[in-house]
Amino acid sequence: MSKLIIEPSPHIRSAVTTQKIMLTVIIALLPALVASVVIFGLRALIMTVVCCACCVLFEWLTRKIMKRENTVGDLSAIVTGMLLSFNLPVTLPLYMAVIGCFVAIVIVKQFFGGLGKNFANPAITARIVLMLSFTSYMTSWAEPFYYNKGAEALTSSTPLAGGEAGLLDMFLGNTGGCLGETCALALIIGGIFLVITKVISPATPLCFIGTVFLLSLVSTGDITQATAAILSGGLMLGAIFMATDYATTPLTLPGKLIFGIGCGLITMLIRSFGTMPEGVSYSILLMNILTPIIDRFTVPKAFGAADKKRRVQDDK
Amino acid sequence: MIVHKIHLPHSKNSAESETVTLPLPSRAVISTAQHLGAVCTPTVKVGDKVKIGDVIADSTAVMSAPVHSGISGTVVAFTDVLHISGRNMPSIVIENDGKNEVSESVQPPVINGREDFLAAVRRSGSIGLGGAGFPTSMKLGFDPKEKHPDKLIINGAECEPYITSDYRCFIEEGEKVLDGAELIMKYLDIADCIIGIEDNKPKAIAKMKALCADRPNITVFPLKSSYPQGAEKTLIYSTTGRVVKEGTLPLSCGCIVINSSTCAFISDYIKTGMPLVTRRITVDGNIVKKPSNFIAAVGMSIGEIVKYAELTEEPDRIILGGPMMGACAFDPDYPLSKTNNAVLLFGHSPIYHPTACIRCGKCVRACSMGLMPTALETAFDMRDAKKLADLNVNLCVNCGACSYVCPAKRNLAEKNQLAKAFLREQTNKGV
Repeated sequence: MSKLIIEPSPHIRSAVTTQKIMLTVIIALLPALVASVVIFGLRALIMTVVCCACCVLFEWLTRKIMKRENTVGDLSAIVTGMLLSFNLPVTLPLYMAVIGCFVAIVIVKQFFGGLGKNFANPAITARIVLMLSFTSYMTSWAEPFYYNKGAEALTSSTPLAGGEAGLLDMFLGNTGGCLGETCALALIIGGIFLVITKVISPATPLCFIGTVFLLSLVSTGDITQATAAILSGGLMLGAIFMATDYATTPLTLPGKLIFGIGCGLITMLIRSFGTMPEGVSYSILLMNILTPIIDRFTVPKAFGAADKKRRVQDDK
Repeated sequence: MIVHKIHLPHSKNSAESETVTLPLPSRAVISTAQHLGAVCTPTVKVGDKVKIGDVIADSTAVMSAPVHSGISGTVVAFTDVLHISGRNMPSIVIENDGKNEVSESVQPPVINGREDFLAAVRRSGSIGLGGAGFPTSMKLGFDPKEKHPDKLIINGAECEPYITSDYRCFIEEGEKVLDGAELIMKYLDIADCIIGIEDNKPKAIAKMKALCADRPNITVFPLKSSYPQGAEKTLIYSTTGRVVKEGTLPLSCGCIVINSSTCAFISDYIKTGMPLVTRRITVDGNIVKKPSNFIAAVGMSIGEIVKYAELTEEPDRIILGGPMMGACAFDPDYPLSKTNNAVLLFGHSPIYHPTACIRCGKCVRACSMGLMPTALETAFDMRDAKKLADLNVNLCVNCGACSYVCPAKRNLAEKNQLAKAFLREQTNKGV
């Protein structure tokens, strides 16, 4: 007689695994990666590969040193690596990107307990650290197709920093910017894929982008400028891929709505009144910090739960 | 209000196989704990002769039902069987004498009203055949002055994968289900009856609709096939829109929910007087050659029953009940109990290892009770009784949907059960 397995119910499990979810996100990021290679050349690919490799290496090494189970197989480090590289200018020296990977994986993610335990988005935080540490490098964006144009076209401004670009160019990514953030089309394709595969809820991105659109429409009164506002900077990348990060955003639908609207609000405040040209990463980080509180105030009403107030009276 | 449900593979492989009545076993091991509530005390001694339908164990507790012998023969021993709950349960071993004599006590009960009917239901040893095993006499024995139900809900959802025993009951004994329902409505003075059947069983719905055509107070309610549609509170909400408040019985919102097979049994008992000594059981699983439904005597060895369905290899996992809420058997010769609606046998079954929670929120969107399983898990890991109470852990019906959907394969449902026990302990301590 063979041995019998004894286990608590349920005895069947869905086919969805953490690894499959991460793989879906990686696939969803591929259109943007292709777009970035087309727009910014081979160095975009090198940057992404270096970031992914470093993130995986740092994750493996930290887990090893901390004597914890190896979690490289869940692919989350690759997602972080891709997202981080998408948030960097293509011309950034590679060693700076490696520092970013260290901040993201070791400090933000593993020091807080690893996957699911980090309170802030690793890629966003790493980008902010790099931004503050290497401001000039982080704000010198390459012009699209600079590799065909020679050295004089190496730096340009994003539309947010005063550059000029048409709406169609912005939609297709033919503008200056970080390597993965410029092509809205590719990011939206990835976002739709994630919604269809039920990896993310469309609530957060729609609220985030919708709030930015509405606020700029109200403040400028111009639909072209409002459209430009949602196509520029890291908004699409942030709203679709960073503001939907599981670990650092609220669990419930009402929480996600609050998170999205909050991100949009802070982004617009920073863009309109701040000294920095872009506010997406700061808005997401700030809302990350608010997530535990949002979670606490958006606990769903349990089905048939006794009235809490009455229960207190009963206790007396 | 949104009641979350999940989609499961139906795997109703045994749906079209007609029920086969198995020969009586040479030996029956009958547990004295067949139901939810008080464990019965044996009323027989070693050496006693028993006939089919004789009472062999009973209890004076209200929350109980007598246990009968399904075979004729001699009581040879009292033994402890390791129950799937993990506790040892006293059981009575009866050796079959092959005479198949039916007890003289098996007579159709004389019923002149409510009290007689309830007494008969209790004598029948009837319990909820859907799996939970709530004594039927307890469920029906409400005080009519206090609260009077206006809806009898027949639970034929059978939302767990694989199980088809209730479905076969509708197909083969649909008339009896109706008859049982009408008996309950008549004696307990309940005005309306709703039969809830999931829409993945169109034949059962069609048959019951045809049977109910001339019965205006009984309606067939096709339910969307989703899990846990057959959970009592979910079913009441789906069919009537009423919400059962925490800590109350369905009676408080005017409903009584009873399993369809239980209804059919009650009809049988009132006609023949044969107590609950056999039951219909689905045998299925990935190593079962002929997924089947059998009628077998309570106390028959599971190992013996499954032989009739032909196994292709040795199982490494035997589940009593459905794959979502059933329990693993410790022993392939575990005796059949009144509550077992299915035996599922699996070979090469995967073992899942939990990984870190990624806070995807799938469990929150899966919980039919609107709980936050991931938050409950954290609260339990921190042994935070107040937080567990605030998050309403006691509402968890252990349907297993949270564990099912979890991409990190965390045992959330198990944690909820542990948390409930922990909270009970803390409450008793007065913390």
